[in-house]
Amino acid sequence: MSRRTVVNIGPFHPLQEEAEFFQLYVDGETVVDVDVRISFNHRGIEKLDESKTFDQVPFVVERVCGICSASHPLAYIQAVEEIAHVEVPERALYLRTIVNELERIHSHLLWVGLAGHFLGYNTVFMWVWKYREPVMDILEIATGSRVNYANCKVGGVRRDMTREQLDRIAQVSDELLGPLDMLTRAVLDDPILHARLKKVGVLTPQAAKAYGATGPTARGSGVPIDVRRDDPYAAYDRLAWEVITAPDGDVFSKTVVRLRECFEAVRIIKQCVRDIPGGAIDAHVAAIPPGEGVGHVEAPRGETFHYVRSDGSNRPVRHKVRAPSFNNIPTFKASCIGQQIPDVAITLASVDPCYSCTERMCRVVDAESLRPRYTWSDLVRLSQQKTAELRKKW
Amino acid sequence: MALTTKAWTKWALTRSLWVYHVNAGACNNCDIEVLDLLTPRYDIERFGMLLVGSPRHADVLAVTGVCTRQTAPRVQEVYLQTPRPRVVLAIGSCACGQGIFTEAYHMARPVDETLRAVDPDATILYVPGCPPKPEAMIAAVVKAIEYLKSA
Repeated sequence: MSRRTVVNIGPFHPLQEEAEFFQLYVDGETVVDVDVRISFNHRGIEKLDESKTFDQVPFVVERVCGICSASHPLAYIQAVEEIAHVEVPERALYLRTIVNELERIHSHLLWVGLAGHFLGYNTVFMWVWKYREPVMDILEIATGSRVNYANCKVGGVRRDMTREQLDRIAQVSDELLGPLDMLTRAVLDDPILHARLKKVGVLTPQAAKAYGATGPTARGSGVPIDVRRDDPYAAYDRLAWEVITAPDGDVFSKTVVRLRECFEAVRIIKQCVRDIPGGAIDAHVAAIPPGEGVGHVEAPRGETFHYVRSDGSNRPVRHKVRAPSFNNIPTFKASCIGQQIPDVAITLASVDPCYSCTERMCRVVDAESLRPRYTWSDLVRLSQQKTAELRKKW
Repeated sequence: MALTTKAWTKWALTRSLWVYHVNAGACNNCDIEVLDLLTPRYDIERFGMLLVGSPRHADVLAVTGVCTRQTAPRVQEVYLQTPRPRVVLAIGSCACGQGIFTEAYHMARPVDETLRAVDPDATILYVPGCPPKPEAMIAAVVKAIEYLKSA
């Protein structure tokens, strides 16, 4: 049997912005197994939400992940609206769609830029982020902030957009088509990117389904799932657009899916600006009755799922968040094994992992007495014991 | 003209601050805005600043996030690995005072208290905002340079 070496990456390393820890088990240059250890960013948002009122929670869930800060509140709000059976005004649905699609463009461009950065191809990084800036500008004009939009509220949206703002959004999205076209052609024609991305980190359609991958990770493997089409929310069922897929499952396919989705997003935004009806933007929900509801939204990374339970008070009793990266991160087991170490960097980045969304904690509770079995201090003690034993052995 | 070592260090330091970015449990917002500083719109490299891959190469630690119980000892470790003179930028409301997450159960102490536990004289500059705009971060870095020049 060959000798396995462990390559540790993290928790603080220059590859990705967040703290996460990978252990690659390698045989020579080839990765034979991968272990992902997370929870550095766990902040206990679900528990925190139980101490906030229904109207305060969107501000907390916005900060689950800074890049999906339109998708998480929308999923939560849809869950609450399901409990209260709210009829959301038509104009609010269109406004939600516009902000969510602008977020998708900014997130996908961000990923394409970072992918270039991870490959050591900083030209891509600089160019893509240059063209991302106008999107951030219109988000700031329309919502008041570059990244935390605070746009949605239970029953509608928090602020209206004027005709000038809508026209500006349409104009900037239109101007984006030129650079997007240039970038797409540059990526499709670039021999360096072909060499680094094609047939790298292949996730077969079977593996994508088995691991329950969502979003561009699944669509890059030819699995056509998209919440916007499968269970339409906001104004998506009133607009013409397509679910983008690519067949190969490699990193190149995922890149192509993300770039082509930007075109679809521009198409959706332009239709929204054209068709948006007038009228109220808020249904003025007074109280949330007891009950439970779910909301799901196609975030830039995949399906974001929120579950809320209410007991009739002004606070949620339980709020459960399942972010897309929670499904996508385990696909590393399928896509990284058999790769060379240098290719693993881009394969780990290819699902656009968002660890702050994904962080979980678990608690071991005695089934009979319901008392916690392992506390923080117990785990620290066990860890120190193990280290001491290992020191003795080696 | 002979310059003392100290004067040389100050001259070199204030003209090329190298930054290492530490995520102590942030939501990615501040982090993407920190990265944004490198890109053509804000282009912080014109001030000689560079994002580096190791705290051993850095003069400035840009800390974002709330400092969770998992990251607190690691942030301290990263801080101690940074060579002196070192300046910490606490970027965002979370890093300044844990912001909206103050009451959550997985919080260690805020970034400044965590770092002062290992170095009582740590120089920490606060950049409030959720997230701070890139312009605010540039202003903070300029203040850091002024501070180092006068120190």
